[in-house]
Amino acid sequence: MEHTVVSASNFNAWFGDNHVVKDVSIKIEKNQCVAVMGPSGCGKTTFLRCINRMHELIPGATAKGSLKLYDDEVYNMNPIYVRYKIGMVFQRPNPFPNLSIYDNVIAGYKLNGLKMPKDELDRIVEKSLTSAALWNEVKDSLHKKGTFLSGGQQQRLCIARAIAMEPEVILFDEPTSALDPISTASVEQLFHELKENYTLIIVTHNMQQAARVSDKTAFFYVGELVEFDDTKQMFTAPKDTRTQNYITGRFS
Amino acid sequence: MDARIKIRNTKSVLFKALIIFLAFIITLPLIIILLYIIKMGVVQVNWGFLVHAPTPEGVAGGGIANALVGSLLMVGMSAIVAIPVGLLAGVYLSENPGTRLAYYSGLCVDILQGVPSIVVGIVIYFWIVKPFGFSAISGSIALAIMMLPIVVRSTEQTLLLLPASLKEAALSLGVPYHRVIMKVIVPCGFAGILSGIILSIARIIGETAPLLFTALGNVYISTKVTGPMDSLPHLIYFYAKSPYQDQIDQAWGASFILLMFVLILNITTKLITRKWNIQL
Repeated sequence: MEHTVVSASNFNAWFGDNHVVKDVSIKIEKNQCVAVMGPSGCGKTTFLRCINRMHELIPGATAKGSLKLYDDEVYNMNPIYVRYKIGMVFQRPNPFPNLSIYDNVIAGYKLNGLKMPKDELDRIVEKSLTSAALWNEVKDSLHKKGTFLSGGQQQRLCIARAIAMEPEVILFDEPTSALDPISTASVEQLFHELKENYTLIIVTHNMQQAARVSDKTAFFYVGELVEFDDTKQMFTAPKDTRTQNYITGRFS
Repeated sequence: MDARIKIRNTKSVLFKALIIFLAFIITLPLIIILLYIIKMGVVQVNWGFLVHAPTPEGVAGGGIANALVGSLLMVGMSAIVAIPVGLLAGVYLSENPGTRLAYYSGLCVDILQGVPSIVVGIVIYFWIVKPFGFSAISGSIALAIMMLPIVVRSTEQTLLLLPASLKEAALSLGVPYHRVIMKVIVPCGFAGILSGIILSIARIIGETAPLLFTALGNVYISTKVTGPMDSLPHLIYFYAKSPYQDQIDQAWGASFILLMFVLILNITTKLITRKWNIQL
C-alpha cells in the first residue's frame, strides 16, 4: 500500500558556485512525517525549497538531478502547478497583512483568481481552520485581520492556508523556531493529525522536536544526506559516526 | 565628584535648551508666513471669487475660476500620466535591485528630481510649444515630468520595506508573479504609495516655472486642453506684479487657496498613513 510521494536521486543544488546540496537521493512515503535535521548551512532548507521550486526564485540559484512528485519530474512541471501540489509553511509566520483571517485561509484561491461559490469557500475555511486547530479560537473573528493573532496562531493560520489548497505534501521550514514553547507544542501536536491526510517534510534545528514528531529522520551534513532512517533507529543506534556525533552534541 | 556631575547636568540642560530654541527658530518663519497669507488672503475669498473669471482691470468683482479650473485640469492630466508610469517604474526598481537597468534608471530618476523646474519648462517649450503652440497639454507634460521621480522613489521605498517573506508566502501558494505584485505587494504598500502620490500632487500644484512657457495663461475659463490655460501659481505671479490694488489683493486670495490645497493634501497624507497603514 505504501508508495513514494517525493523522491530525489542524485539531486544537486547551487547558489552561484556554492554547491549546497550534493547528490541527495531520498524516497519519502505517503502520509509520513519526515524530519530533516542538521547543523546550520548544511543545505537542508535549500533542499526543502527545491521540492516546491522556491529555490530557483533566488538569483543565481540552480539545481540539477532528478526530483519527482509521484512519477512526474518536478523540474519539468509548471512551477505554479508544483506549488499547488506542494504547500509550504515558513520559519516566521507570514499571513497576508492586508487580508482578513477568512481571506488568508482561501488566499490560494483568491490570489489566483479562482472563483468559487460562497458556501464552498465557507466550507474550505472551516475545514482548514479546524485541521489547523484554530477554528475554535477564531470562528467569531474571521473577518478581522490575520495579523491581530498571536505568533502561534498566525503560524497555524499559515498552516491552514497551506491545507486549504489540498496539497499532496506540506513542507515546513523550521516552523516553530520563531514560536514560544506553548505555541510550539500546539504546532507539534498538529503534525500528528496532519500526517493522516498529508505527507509532511519538516526542517528543524531542534533534535528533540525531530524525535517527538517524525516517523523518519534525514540527517544532512555539509550538503550531503548522511543518513535517512526510522526516527527511533536514528536516535538510538545511528549507523554513521557523523550522525552519532551530531546527536550526542559533539558538533552543532 | 558631585560638583563634576552638577556641571555635566547643567551642560545637558543648556544643550537641550539650545536645540529647543533652534527648533523653534526654524518653525517661526513658517508660522509667520502662514499667518500672513491667511490674514491677507482669507478676506478675499468668497463664493464669487471662486466661481467667476477675472474682470478687466479697474472693474470691481471677478475671481480666479480660470486659474482654479486650469490648475485642477492640468494637475489631473499630469497625474493620469505620471501615476501609472511612476508606480510601475517604482515596482520595477524595488523588485530588481542590483540589476544594471535598475541602477541606471534609479540614477535617472534622481537626476530628474534635481532638474530645476524652469529647465523642464524650457525643454518642453522647445519640444512641444514651438511646434504645436501654447497649450494646457504641454503644461501637463512639464508637470508630469516634475511629478514622476517623486512617485517612482516613494513607491520604490515603500515596497522595499515590505518583508520578502510576504512575496514568498504568495509564491508558495502557486500565485503567478504578476498576481503577486498586483494582489499582494502593491496592496500591502498601498498607504505608502498613495501618500507619495498625494505629496507629489502637492508639490506640482504650486509649480510656476514650467507653466510660464507652456500653458501661458488665460483670462477666460477654459477647458480646451489644446489651448492656453491659466493656473493658480501663474495667476499669482501676474497679479502680484500688477499696479492695480484689486489684483494684488486677488493674488493674496489665490495664494490662500493654493496654500489650503497644499495643506489639505499634506494632512490627508498624514491621515492615510495613520489609518490605512498595514501592520506587518
